[in-house]
Amino acid sequence: MIARLLALMIALCCGLPALAADPDDLPGLIEQLQTRDYAAMEQTVNTIAATGDPRAVAPLQALADGDLYYRKSDDKVFIARKADSGTDLLDPLTGEFVENVGRRDARKIGINNGMRRALRGALGSLTLLSPDPKVRAAAAQSLFKSPDPGAIEALGQAIAAEKDEAIRTAMEEAQAASILLSDSDDATKIVAIQSLADRGGRDALSLLKGLPDSATEPVKAAALEGVKSIEAALALWSTAQNIYYGISLGSVLLMAAIGLAITFGVMGVINMAHGEMVMLGAYTTYVVQEIIRNNAPGMFEFSLAIAVPLAFLVSGSIGVLIERTVIRYLYGRALETLLATWGVSLIIQQLVRTIFGPTNKEVGNPDFMSGAVQLGEMTLTYNRIWIIVFALVVLAMLMLVLKRTPLGLQMRAVTQNRRMAGAMGIRTDRVDALTFGLGSGIAGMAGVALSQIDNVSPNLGQSYIIDSFMVVVFGGVCNLWGTLVGAFSLGIANKFLEPYAGAVLGKILVLVAIILFIQKRPRGLFALKGRAVES
Amino acid sequence: MFGFGRAKALAAVSALAIGLTTGAAQAADTIKVGILHSLSGTMAISETTLKDVMLMLIDDQNKKGGLLGKQLEAVVVDPASNWPLFAEKARELIEVNGTSVVFGCWTSVSRKSVLPVFEELNSMLFYPVQYEGEESSRNVFYTGAAPNQQAIPAVDYLMKTESVKRWVLAGTDYVYPRTTNKILESYLKAKGVPAEDIMINYTPFGHADWQTIVADIKKFGSAGKKTAVVSTINGDANVPFYKELGNQGIKAEDIPVVAFSVGEEELAGIDTGPLVGHLAAWNYFMSIDTPENDAFISKWHAFIGNEDRVTNDPMEAHYIGFKMWVQAVQQAGTTDVDAVRQAMYGQKVPNLTGGVAVMNTNHHLSKPVVIGEIQDDGQIQTVWSTDGVVVGDAWSDFIPESAKLTADWTFPWVCGGCEKPMY
Repeated sequence: MIARLLALMIALCCGLPALAADPDDLPGLIEQLQTRDYAAMEQTVNTIAATGDPRAVAPLQALADGDLYYRKSDDKVFIARKADSGTDLLDPLTGEFVENVGRRDARKIGINNGMRRALRGALGSLTLLSPDPKVRAAAAQSLFKSPDPGAIEALGQAIAAEKDEAIRTAMEEAQAASILLSDSDDATKIVAIQSLADRGGRDALSLLKGLPDSATEPVKAAALEGVKSIEAALALWSTAQNIYYGISLGSVLLMAAIGLAITFGVMGVINMAHGEMVMLGAYTTYVVQEIIRNNAPGMFEFSLAIAVPLAFLVSGSIGVLIERTVIRYLYGRALETLLATWGVSLIIQQLVRTIFGPTNKEVGNPDFMSGAVQLGEMTLTYNRIWIIVFALVVLAMLMLVLKRTPLGLQMRAVTQNRRMAGAMGIRTDRVDALTFGLGSGIAGMAGVALSQIDNVSPNLGQSYIIDSFMVVVFGGVCNLWGTLVGAFSLGIANKFLEPYAGAVLGKILVLVAIILFIQKRPRGLFALKGRAVES
Repeated sequence: MFGFGRAKALAAVSALAIGLTTGAAQAADTIKVGILHSLSGTMAISETTLKDVMLMLIDDQNKKGGLLGKQLEAVVVDPASNWPLFAEKARELIEVNGTSVVFGCWTSVSRKSVLPVFEELNSMLFYPVQYEGEESSRNVFYTGAAPNQQAIPAVDYLMKTESVKRWVLAGTDYVYPRTTNKILESYLKAKGVPAEDIMINYTPFGHADWQTIVADIKKFGSAGKKTAVVSTINGDANVPFYKELGNQGIKAEDIPVVAFSVGEEELAGIDTGPLVGHLAAWNYFMSIDTPENDAFISKWHAFIGNEDRVTNDPMEAHYIGFKMWVQAVQQAGTTDVDAVRQAMYGQKVPNLTGGVAVMNTNHHLSKPVVIGEIQDDGQIQTVWSTDGVVVGDAWSDFIPESAKLTADWTFPWVCGGCEKPMY
C-alpha cells in the first residue's frame, strides 16, 4: 500500500501525461502478459505503456530480460530471481518477496524479437522522465530505434523538461524519427529530416531511406538530400574503418607470427608445431579461467593477466623439450625438421583432444575486452583494440630482449656465426634450446590473445600456421621489423580486397601477390645483407 | 632385453589368441553396426557426440535383449575428417568387418565420398545431418532435414512475422551453403524480392576475422528496409562470427540472424548473452518439453556422465534412424540390405519433439520444423513450429532443372532422380 502511494506521488510530482488508463487495472494487465499469443501480448504491452504508470517498468523490464515467470499451479505472474535452491518469486509491481518454489514449478514467459522491439519502445516511453540521466538517455536511444508516432507527445514533454543538452538532442532526434512515420504536415517532416541528416550515421540513413511511399514530393526530395549528405560522410568513415580492420587483422597475424620469427626467422627451424604452441597458450587460458571460476570468481577480470606468464612458461618449456628431444638432432636438415615437427604437432593436437575433449572450450572475455567503442561511424571492438596493444607490447619486449640482454646478444651471435660464437665460449646448444623456448613461449602468449577472438579447440593452431609462415617469409627472415611491416601490410591488403573480392578470393589474391613478390625478392621485404647470409 | 622381448611376444600371442576366439564367437551371434564419424581433425567437434549417441542407442537396444535374438556390436572407425579416408573406412567396415548397416558422415563432401562405396557394395548408410538435398541414393537414408524442411520454412517465418525485405545469405564456401543459397535465391526471387535486396557472401572454413563482413551487413541493413541474415556458416567459424555480431552491437531486434548449422552443441562454446533473439531452424531443440525428450536427455546424461552436455538435432536424427532400422530389421526378420530397405518404407517412429516421423520412399523423413530463438543459457526456445510434419523433398522445386525430377525407390519409379518412371 505504501509503495503504491509512493508510486502515485512520483507519478503526480513528475507530471505524467493525463492520458493514463485506470492505473488500478495494472495488476490485471500484468496478468494478461502470460500468453503464448505474441500479438495479444504486444497489445497488452502497448496498453500498459499507455497507462504511463512507472510501476510498470519493473515487470516490463523483467519480461524483456527473460525474468518474468508464471507459477504453474495458478498461472499468476511473478518476477523470478534465482535462489540457492529453486526460484524466488517476487511480486511484479512491488518487488516484494512472495515465496520460493522449485525450479520446475514456475516457467518463463517466452518472448520473440517482435516483442523485444515492442518492449524497447514501451520501456523507452515509460522511462523518459526518470530522475536518472542514464536511464533517460537510454530511453531516448531506444525510442530512436523503435520510433512510434504515439510517443511524439511524451517526447515533447520530456524535451521541455530536459536540462541535459546531450539527452535533449537525443530526444529531439527520437522525436524526429517518430514524426517521419506519423501523419504530420510536410513542414514538420522536413524539419525532422533536417535534424536526422544532421545527426548522421547508419540508423538515420536507414530511417530516411525507409520513408514510406506515401510521402509527398517535397518530403522525398528533402530525404534524398539528407541521404546524400549522410552517405558522403559515411564513405570517408568506411575507408578509415578498413584501415583499422587491416591493422587489427595485422596485429593478429603479428601475434601469431612473432614466435615463428624467432624459431624460423632467427634459428632457421621450419617449425610446423608452432601453431600448437599457440594452441597450448589458449588452453592454458582456459585452465586458468576454469580454476578461477571454481575457486575465486572475483578474480575473473585478472584471468588474462595471470594466463599470459603461465602460457609463456607452458609453451616455452614444451618448446625447450621439443628442441632437446627432437630438433637438435636435425639442425641443417630442413626436410627432416619439417616432417618431424609436423609429427610433433599431430601428437600435441591429439593429446589435447584426449585430455580436454574434441569440443570447443569456452574462454570468457573479461569485461574490459567485451563490447565496443563508437568512434564517429566506426565501431571499434575492445577485444581487437587490446590485441593491437598487446601485440605491439610483446614485439617491443622481444626486441628489448634481443638487443639489450646478454641472452639476446648470444642468440644473435650464434645465428650469425655458430662456430665463432662457440669459440668465444658461448654454449651454443644451450642458447639454441633457450631461443627455441623463447619463440615457443611467445607463441603461447599469442594463444592467450587469440583465445579471446577465436575458438579454443585442438585445431586452433592449424589455422594460423600458414599465415604465420607467410608473414615471416614476406617480411624477411631474420628481421623483426620485417615481421611487423609484413603483418600489417598483409592485414591491410586483405581488408581492402575483402569488400570487393570476397573473403575467399581476397585470400587467394594476397597469396598470389606474395608468391610473385618472393620471386622478385627471395629474401622478403627486409633482407639481411652481409657475409653471414651468403654462407 | 631378452626377458622384455619374450614377455611382449607372449602377450602378443595370447592377445591374438583371445582376439581370435572372441572374434569367432562374436561373428556367429552379433549383428555389426558400423559407426563412421570423425573422432579427430576439424569435424571431431561435431561428430564425436554422434559416435557417443550411437553407442548409447546400441547399448540400450542390447539391454532390451538385442535384435533378432542377437546382440548388436558397434564397430567404430575414425575417418579423421579426411574425405578420401571416409571412403576407405566405409569399405573397411563393410568388407572387412561385415557390418549390416553404417551410421555416419557429417559434411556433404564426406557423404559424396562414401556414396560410390555403399552403392557398389550394396550396403546401407544412415546420414543424420541437415543437408542441401539434390540427392537420393538407393543405399542411403537421409534422416536430417532437406532444404524444404529447414531453409524454406525459416525464410517464410522471417517474411511473415518479421516482415523482412532485404536478405543477406552468408555461408561457408562449399557445396551445402552454395546449393542452399541457390535454392533460397530463386525462392526469394519467386517471392518478388529484387536482386539488389539480396546479398550473398562466402567465407572460407574456419574464418576468424569477421569485422569487415559484419560491418558490411550493418551497411546493407541501413537501407530503410527490414534486413535479416540467413546463415549457412558451418563449424568453428560461427563462434567468432557471433562474437563479432555481439561486440558490434547487432541486436536480433534490428537484424536477426537465422542459422541452419548452429545448434546447442555449437552454442556451448560461447557466451550467448549478446545473441539472445537470433534464430535457428531445425527439427529438434533440446528445450522442447515432451516426455520422450526428457527421457532421451536423462538417458544421454546418464550415459555420458555429465549433466552439462547438450543434445541436438543430428542426435535426434540418429535416434530416429536407429529406431527405424531396428523396426525394419524386426519386420524383415533379417539384416539383409534389400529386405531391410523394403521394410524401411513407411516405418514410423515418434519424434522426440512430438508427432511421428515417417520414412518416405524417396529415402527422406517426414518431420516437423521448429524455429527457435537463442536464449542466454545457450538453449533455443521455440517461437514457431509447423502444425504437422513436412515431407522431405529430395529435389528442390525452386531449381528449374531439379524441379522436374522425382525420387521414389518403389515400383514403378525405382529411381533416385528421374523425369519418368523406370517401369
